[in-house]
Amino acid sequence: MDVVVLSRFQFAFTVAYHFLFVPLSIGLGLIMALAQTRAYRSGDAADQASARFWVRLFTTTFAVGVATGITMEFAFGTNWADYSRFVGDIFGAPLAAEALFAFFLESTFLGVVLFGRDKVSPKFYLVASWLVWAGSLLSALWILIANSWMQTPAGYEIAADGSKAVLTDFWAAAFNPSVVARYAHTIIALIIMGAFVAIAIGAYHMRNGKGDFGKKTLATGTVVAIVACVLMIPAMHQQAVVVANEQPEKLAAMEGQYEEGPVGMYVFGWVDEANETVVGIEVPIGGMTSILASGDPSTSYIGLHQVQAKYGETAPVQIVFQAYHLMVAMFGAIGVWIILSLVATLRVRKGAEPSRGLLKALMFAPLFPFVAIQTGWMVTEVGRQPWIVWEELRTADAISQSVDATQLLITIALFVLVYAFILVMYLRVALGIIKEGPVTAAIESSEAKGAN
Amino acid sequence: MTFLQVLWFILIFVLIAGYFVLDGFDLGVGVLYPFLGKSDGEKALLRRVIGPVWDGNEVWLLTAGGALFAAFAPAYACTFSGFYLAIMLVLFGLIVRAVSLELYAHDKGNAHIWDALFFVGSLLPALLFGVAVGNVIEGIVLNANGDYTGGFFALLNPFALVCGVLGLAQCLLQGAAWIALKTQPGRLHSLAVALRKTLALSVLVVFGLATLAYFTLGASAAAGSVPFAARIACVCVIVLPLVACMLLRNASDLVQFALSSLACVGLVALTATTLFPNIVPATDAALSITVESAASSDAALGAMTVITCIGLPLVLLYHFLVYRSFAGRVSSDDAAE
Repeated sequence: MDVVVLSRFQFAFTVAYHFLFVPLSIGLGLIMALAQTRAYRSGDAADQASARFWVRLFTTTFAVGVATGITMEFAFGTNWADYSRFVGDIFGAPLAAEALFAFFLESTFLGVVLFGRDKVSPKFYLVASWLVWAGSLLSALWILIANSWMQTPAGYEIAADGSKAVLTDFWAAAFNPSVVARYAHTIIALIIMGAFVAIAIGAYHMRNGKGDFGKKTLATGTVVAIVACVLMIPAMHQQAVVVANEQPEKLAAMEGQYEEGPVGMYVFGWVDEANETVVGIEVPIGGMTSILASGDPSTSYIGLHQVQAKYGETAPVQIVFQAYHLMVAMFGAIGVWIILSLVATLRVRKGAEPSRGLLKALMFAPLFPFVAIQTGWMVTEVGRQPWIVWEELRTADAISQSVDATQLLITIALFVLVYAFILVMYLRVALGIIKEGPVTAAIESSEAKGAN
Repeated sequence: MTFLQVLWFILIFVLIAGYFVLDGFDLGVGVLYPFLGKSDGEKALLRRVIGPVWDGNEVWLLTAGGALFAAFAPAYACTFSGFYLAIMLVLFGLIVRAVSLELYAHDKGNAHIWDALFFVGSLLPALLFGVAVGNVIEGIVLNANGDYTGGFFALLNPFALVCGVLGLAQCLLQGAAWIALKTQPGRLHSLAVALRKTLALSVLVVFGLATLAYFTLGASAAAGSVPFAARIACVCVIVLPLVACMLLRNASDLVQFALSSLACVGLVALTATTLFPNIVPATDAALSITVESAASSDAALGAMTVITCIGLPLVLLYHFLVYRSFAGRVSSDDAAE
């Protein structure tokens, strides 16, 4: 087996798995902090109970996210040693800064959130909750700075012997051309994810007895989702503009554009890679993607034939095309489900009960942002192939030469085994917490005494 | 060698020392857990003494790893890829440990699984970090690209294994000292106090063995350029606190924990002074990864120094706030929450 293929598989598997829990942590972190704030302000027993519910769900998710995140930091050294040697001068600093500024913040105050309810003042407890969330946002910022530098490198020069990139301008490297757009696009997507989980949990409890908690949760989720979706429209537009300007070769794969020229937009399609065409349904406006990226339908972008000539290979077109169009379709579904949750919320406001069918539909809400987030990252990462650092270092030249296929097969098997176990246990626990819903303090402490 | 290069060599080892002192005690508690915790109440108490702080302690490792990547990328690339399977075992240990500590509270039905994972997940890092450090001190087989070519089983040599046991014993001592510090008078506290004395003696004995192995097994080939007197000073920082641990019967639990922590710092300082100016010595000295050959540019190290000057005081503030919030001995009521 090929070491490059196995290394890529292991990284893709472990990072996609990690990225199941990160969006939930950052998305639910906001919902948790909002619930804590409401409980702090009202002092109401029901609000306290629901704040504790969100802490339980959030901390469980967060712990798995932190644990699987260690894999990613180790992976650069264990599996991508030649990459690490090439980029260490630049890429290492954001990772170290992430640990120093973000990991310490979130993990130390997580301890307060988990164990400090009776140890610290209510105000400090509330601040600690927000600090955990702020830490997770900072963590995302540093890791996206590092990732964006791989996509749109800046502020560096290549050493005279060609062996590595050397930092020349820290701020240019940190705020490279795609950071701001990528950060906004990603964080807003994660917040939508958390809001949609809240909507689903709200709908579940409105169908299953804990109606008051369900209604409040549905309303919070709906409001957060609407605000985030409104912000998402300029964010995703800006992301598209940056890709078109900085990585037009990726854009060619996203729309299956073989010849240089204005780029249209498919609603869905299938790339016939043998005949180098796309079969599918196009938006009837010509040059639609060119319009979105540049404001002009006649703006010409590079085609895959030219990319092939330039790089000697292209990104896997079918995967990038399908992932991109699936992500866009999911955003459409997200729009529909926001309308459904708004209808349900308004009905509750009028004092009426939303229909059970509507609530059932809302329980499926998290599926769409979930798929959109995963496919969106596939577009970003698969779409930049064959480069690990855009136009500077090829993925195939970035592996660890001292790791062989046997070692990789052993660790891939272990990852599959351990991660499958963790997923099963996490789902059991998380679904258990969700089904149980908020528990008032009196019941909780009597249960604890019974257990001991 | 520039000032920044030496500064970052020192800072990496400061971070490693921070990790050894802090995560050392919660890894130690994890390894002692199945032997000390007889009842459910005692087990809950043992988890609770590290509960609010272990996650923050572990970040010292991630910071040290990130800083090594940023400051000396060739050393990070060489050791992490060279010790591949060992590092992966450490990783799996840390993962199942973190998950077991969090899910335990919500899944009491599977307590035996989470207990086992907490133990194994603590044992693997506590043991394997020492093995890795032992190999680095001895020097490893490198090629011109800086890749380790010696194979997995060469890592399991006598000197490295003694270093592994030394690291484990020191973690256990940290763990026992922490349990003694954080529990109220009772069975657990008395056990921890007795264990602390025995473990201090064990660390001394294993340290003696490691020193013997270092000089007899040819492991001294990689010794760096730091004056021998500095290394003797480090040995004193290891030995004297351990002897004091054994002899000072009336010292408070806090003083005892400080003494044990000092021994951790001494072990890391001895490693650093033995290696310098190498970071990863090679058996063929010409291929050694040195501070000078591995260091990032002064521009990168300068940026990192600014980041550290802002970040480190914040980190210490967080630790102060959290350790103060959870100061004092843990009662069984605390543990029942």
